[in-house]
Amino acid sequence: MLRQVRLPIALRSLASLVAGGILLTGAGLSPARAASVNLTLVAYSTPAPAYARIIPAFQKTKAGAGVTFTQSYGASSSQAAAVANGLHADVVNLSLEPDVATLVQRHLVASNWYKNKYHGFVTDSTVVFVVRKGNPKHIHTWNDILKNGIGVITPNPFTSGSARWNIMAAYGAQIAQHKTKAQGVAYLRKLFNHVKVQNDSASLAMQTFLTGEGNVLLSYEDEAVQAQQKGSPISYVVPPQSILIENPVAVTKEAASPKTANAFVSYLYSRPAQEIFAQMGYWSVIPRVAREFTYPHPKTQFTIRQLGAWPKVQKQFFDPRTGIMAAIERKSGVQP
Amino acid sequence: MQGVVMGYLSLLVLIPLAAVLVHAAGAGFNAFLSAIMAPDAIAAVELTAVCSFVVAAINALAGTLIAWVLVRDFFPGKGIVNAIIDLPFALPTIVAGLTLLELYGPNSPLHLNLAYTRVGIVLALLFVTLPFVVRSVQPVLLEADRAVEEAAASLGASSWQTFRRIILPGILPAIISGSGLSFARAMGEFGSVVLISGNIPYLTEVASVHIYGQVESSDMLGAASLSIVLLLISLVTLLLIAALERRFLRHAR
Repeated sequence: MLRQVRLPIALRSLASLVAGGILLTGAGLSPARAASVNLTLVAYSTPAPAYARIIPAFQKTKAGAGVTFTQSYGASSSQAAAVANGLHADVVNLSLEPDVATLVQRHLVASNWYKNKYHGFVTDSTVVFVVRKGNPKHIHTWNDILKNGIGVITPNPFTSGSARWNIMAAYGAQIAQHKTKAQGVAYLRKLFNHVKVQNDSASLAMQTFLTGEGNVLLSYEDEAVQAQQKGSPISYVVPPQSILIENPVAVTKEAASPKTANAFVSYLYSRPAQEIFAQMGYWSVIPRVAREFTYPHPKTQFTIRQLGAWPKVQKQFFDPRTGIMAAIERKSGVQP
Repeated sequence: MQGVVMGYLSLLVLIPLAAVLVHAAGAGFNAFLSAIMAPDAIAAVELTAVCSFVVAAINALAGTLIAWVLVRDFFPGKGIVNAIIDLPFALPTIVAGLTLLELYGPNSPLHLNLAYTRVGIVLALLFVTLPFVVRSVQPVLLEADRAVEEAAASLGASSWQTFRRIILPGILPAIISGSGLSFARAMGEFGSVVLISGNIPYLTEVASVHIYGQVESSDMLGAASLSIVLLLISLVTLLLIAALERRFLRHAR
């Protein structure tokens, strides 16, 4: 049984002094924030370098003066799941529509988020083969990446948007070559036998590729362009058949200042921001800006709508229990 | 005093565990069962259990040898070696993972490429579980009565006989408890494994990474259910260690 221990008076006074000091500091640190607005941007992993330039440009405009930003970048579905689970977001820029649909389902984004001139898409791109500088393995077509010994890097389709674009590009390329659906799925199965490591997101996959792992990385054209601009020893090949990538942006219903959030999204669609996106390898959604840049397009370009549109494709291919990809992973894992 | 201790334990350990249990049980037993019987979940737990068992076995041998050398041998730098045995405890596991990736990955200075293989997983787990058996066996060896060993030698026993009959029974409980702890730690390891393992389902995805993936795709029921399975495995391991220790402790006396 412990005796009652009394703190000596000196110690008690010191404790109150410290506590008081902390309270005062806390009060002093909470600024009168009525004047400045903070926008939280939650985005997929790839556009971080683009926003590093676009946000300061926005802050120099009248609508953006005094606006501070909190930014979060990560794998597209993981980010959508985080927002659905309570991460605060004012603006979301995700890799593909199904991730925004997740938020619409949870009533975090309005169901008419896409009703504007650009159907809600702020940037476009395509899936390309990223290879070592000089393309030593001569990878040019979807059949080339199935050759013996070719290691393929593509992220985890259940967390990464890029991974799903890659898979639908590979599948769609088979369909575009007049193969049957079953042959398309067989192609995917053969492709995944070449995948040795599965990263969470597109940028992590690029990092893994840059450490020397694998011979070809399937990724966004803009991810490849940004890596090249940083001086990485890579080049990229646009496959003869590939998919049109469209990345959505939306304002959430929980935006504290919808006016500012909408102003930011309008800025993203405006010429200055679209030029920055285009300089960093994206295809601008403004035709005039897109024409100024000569990023190679695939000879045969198809859209996700030609493959059934995302809601159906998401269920058919990417359902974690019954989807085609879950079945493929099950079969691949059994082989050594 | 007991109230404060129980309160602290509850807050830190029991209540979070209860929360996971409630979450897993919340959707009913059938949902729980189908979550844990998912083939990729079973594959992940199997891979983790096999790797952890291999690691525990290797540690039992290597850890004992290291403890022996640290106690019985004298060499320059012994103090430093003794101190760095604890490094895997002190190092953040993700830093350990990064270091291992640099050492055994595509840019390896040793010209090995074991990243994204099962061997890579075992290497990562060996690194983080190194101190367990060593620190378990060291104090027992330090306290061992040399007089008995010397008596055995003077009676004509060979080194191996001395070791097997006199020293081993004394340190066996410590080896068992150290191996059991390294098994339990290896079962739950995340940070050091996630970078080097490749995370391919059915091939190189360990249970903790699988659970993390389920959380990321909002499959909370699956995550909670698999967590309960891992918890049960750890509990059974701890009970087994305790039972084996008691049995061998009796023999040692």
